[in-house]
Amino acid sequence: MTMINSLRLGAAALAAALVLSAPVKAAEGTVQPPRQSWTFAGPFGSFDSTQLQRGFKVYREVCSACHSIQLLAFRNLAEKGGPEFSEAQVKALAAEYKVKDGPNDSGDMFERPGRPADRFPPPFANKQAAQAANGGAYPPDFSVIAKARTYERGFPWFVIDIFTQFQEQGVDYITALLTGYEQPPAGFQVPEGKYYNEYFPGHVISMPQPISDGQVEYPKDADGRPQAPETAVQYAKDVSAFLMWAAEPHLEARKELGFKTLVFLLLFAGLLYFTKKRIWSRVEGHAHA
Amino acid sequence: MSGHSTYVPKSAVGRWFESRLPVMGLLHSSFVVFPNPRNLNYFWTFGGILSFMLVAQIVTGVVLAMHYTPHADMAFNSVEHIMRDVNYGWLIRYLHANGASMFFIAVYIHIFRGFYYGSYKAPREILWILGVIIFLLMMATAFMGYVLPWGQMSYWGATVITNLFSAIPLVGETVVSYLWGGFSVANPTLNRFFSLHYLLPFMIAGVVVLHIWALHVPGSNNPSGVEKQTEKDTLPFHPYFTVKDGLALVVFIMFFSWFAFYIPNYLGHADNYIMADPSVTPAHIVPEWYFLPYYAILRAVPDKLLGVIAMFSSIAVLAFLPWLDTSRVKSATYRPLYRQFFWVFAIVCVLLGWLGAKPPEGGYVIAARILTAYYFAHFLIILPLLGLFETPRRLPGSIAEAVLGKQGSANAMASGAAAAPNTKG
Repeated sequence: MTMINSLRLGAAALAAALVLSAPVKAAEGTVQPPRQSWTFAGPFGSFDSTQLQRGFKVYREVCSACHSIQLLAFRNLAEKGGPEFSEAQVKALAAEYKVKDGPNDSGDMFERPGRPADRFPPPFANKQAAQAANGGAYPPDFSVIAKARTYERGFPWFVIDIFTQFQEQGVDYITALLTGYEQPPAGFQVPEGKYYNEYFPGHVISMPQPISDGQVEYPKDADGRPQAPETAVQYAKDVSAFLMWAAEPHLEARKELGFKTLVFLLLFAGLLYFTKKRIWSRVEGHAHA
Repeated sequence: MSGHSTYVPKSAVGRWFESRLPVMGLLHSSFVVFPNPRNLNYFWTFGGILSFMLVAQIVTGVVLAMHYTPHADMAFNSVEHIMRDVNYGWLIRYLHANGASMFFIAVYIHIFRGFYYGSYKAPREILWILGVIIFLLMMATAFMGYVLPWGQMSYWGATVITNLFSAIPLVGETVVSYLWGGFSVANPTLNRFFSLHYLLPFMIAGVVVLHIWALHVPGSNNPSGVEKQTEKDTLPFHPYFTVKDGLALVVFIMFFSWFAFYIPNYLGHADNYIMADPSVTPAHIVPEWYFLPYYAILRAVPDKLLGVIAMFSSIAVLAFLPWLDTSRVKSATYRPLYRQFFWVFAIVCVLLGWLGAKPPEGGYVIAARILTAYYFAHFLIILPLLGLFETPRRLPGSIAEAVLGKQGSANAMASGAAAAPNTKG
């Protein structure tokens, strides 16, 4: 038996063992979020800048009342591979915010209008203030939240994900969470001041349903219709996409460079393969291994 | 490193230099004319791949250190600064983070190749033990590196692992307070882990030099497990193995690129994108995938001290492998029983890794105990006995015979010798 055959046998035995032992325990009471289709998924994925602009609008008009996004700077909104607002739009937007600066020459802190280089000021001065205003719960910062949330894929999906490049667990989860507010099942006790959410681990969440149909006005197209449906589901998708970009602002550049790199390496490997074949053909008894 | 160098510098300056510091001759004899067994298969390319990974990790790591701030309040955001604001910072960081995993994938293949072909046996015991030392240093380096981004899994992983040392009788508490630089995992811990994370790779590089030195005394083992005897058994390192190693390396880099460019967070934990918070414990504290089998062994033992001993023993036992395996035949190709046990052992290791990611409860604990017992039985019972009872297949008389067959090796120099059954790998 050659090593390759042994390898196959081993792999088969391993797969059998894993399949047999998989149902030992099903997912721990968490519901798998439905798969969404994202423009930024897959090897050639890229952000839809109009979707990110809408998502930013949702964040700004709804989420930002409680959730900071402290690692994001205004200037990022104009960068390539993002919402791609114009420089002028970003400048005007930043100026709408008050940013704390100082100390000045007389030693005082002061407030001034924001500049593109500033980062988004948080809604609360500190964690304690945020908790005091939200019934003791801390609304998490949104800078990398799309990468900080996931759910268990389980076997064999976690293996298949390597090949399909599925990396969108976080955004799928956020979309599901935002639209996952439901009546609790009979007998499920939701504590006072808490809410039932189908997708939140343990189902009891401190955040009330954050968004409902028609809450945010979307830009209109030439016929005066909104460019996307003004529904909670659409808001959830758009803000999730925006959060994915905020968490991974160089995603497009990464995938583009990845493709170039792999094409180069493939050609290089091909050349090396034939070089190797040529060199080893001098050696007797080696049918080029 | 094999002694007698045939290197003759071409230029006068070269001769002047070589007579004072014969480093070119050393490199020439080690990596150009060095005679390698001609039948090495692609599992022998992982030594070169590992050397590349060590250099790649050091280079990306040095660049990251230029932008990283080892302070509990700033570390997390400084990593995000690298991801967002540093030119190609995302690339450097993803290469470094995924590079650690690639390093371990390569080292596990390298180690299991050693298991399969008996590369630890005489005269390569020291070479093997140096490898075990490199492996331990790698684990320490990887563990401390994972702490540096100061996310939730960094912090809690560090808390769980450093707490293990408190199980040591008498000095445990003292050891832990030195690891922490205080009374809990905090800023001083992060500072010293950063310092050590920068130091250890250079210690690895030092032991790697010894590893290669020890390798070049007897030369590489080979799929037949028969030592090289005559020139017919070997081929010069260059160009035969430089091109073969190069091809394997490029294919490996493609695999690496797939992860670094397309699924860079696949091998990490989502929780590590949440800043470390001593007041919030994650639902499951799970180490990086390459530590999972040892984590399963640790948790399989109900007693803390014994669990820690079992975990460290699972690696320490490797150092004794040259003497635990009593068979005189190296390669599993000629050991029909050992080959079966090798694959069972490999599956046991993978299953232990899977159990390490599961919560320590119910059937998982029972399975982990059975597999842990088997892990040690493989080394302490099966291998010593197998050498006594197994009847190996007939070994080829030489490497050339293994490649060309008896007839072919006799007329090895005659052109058009019949191709023999290919028994490689």
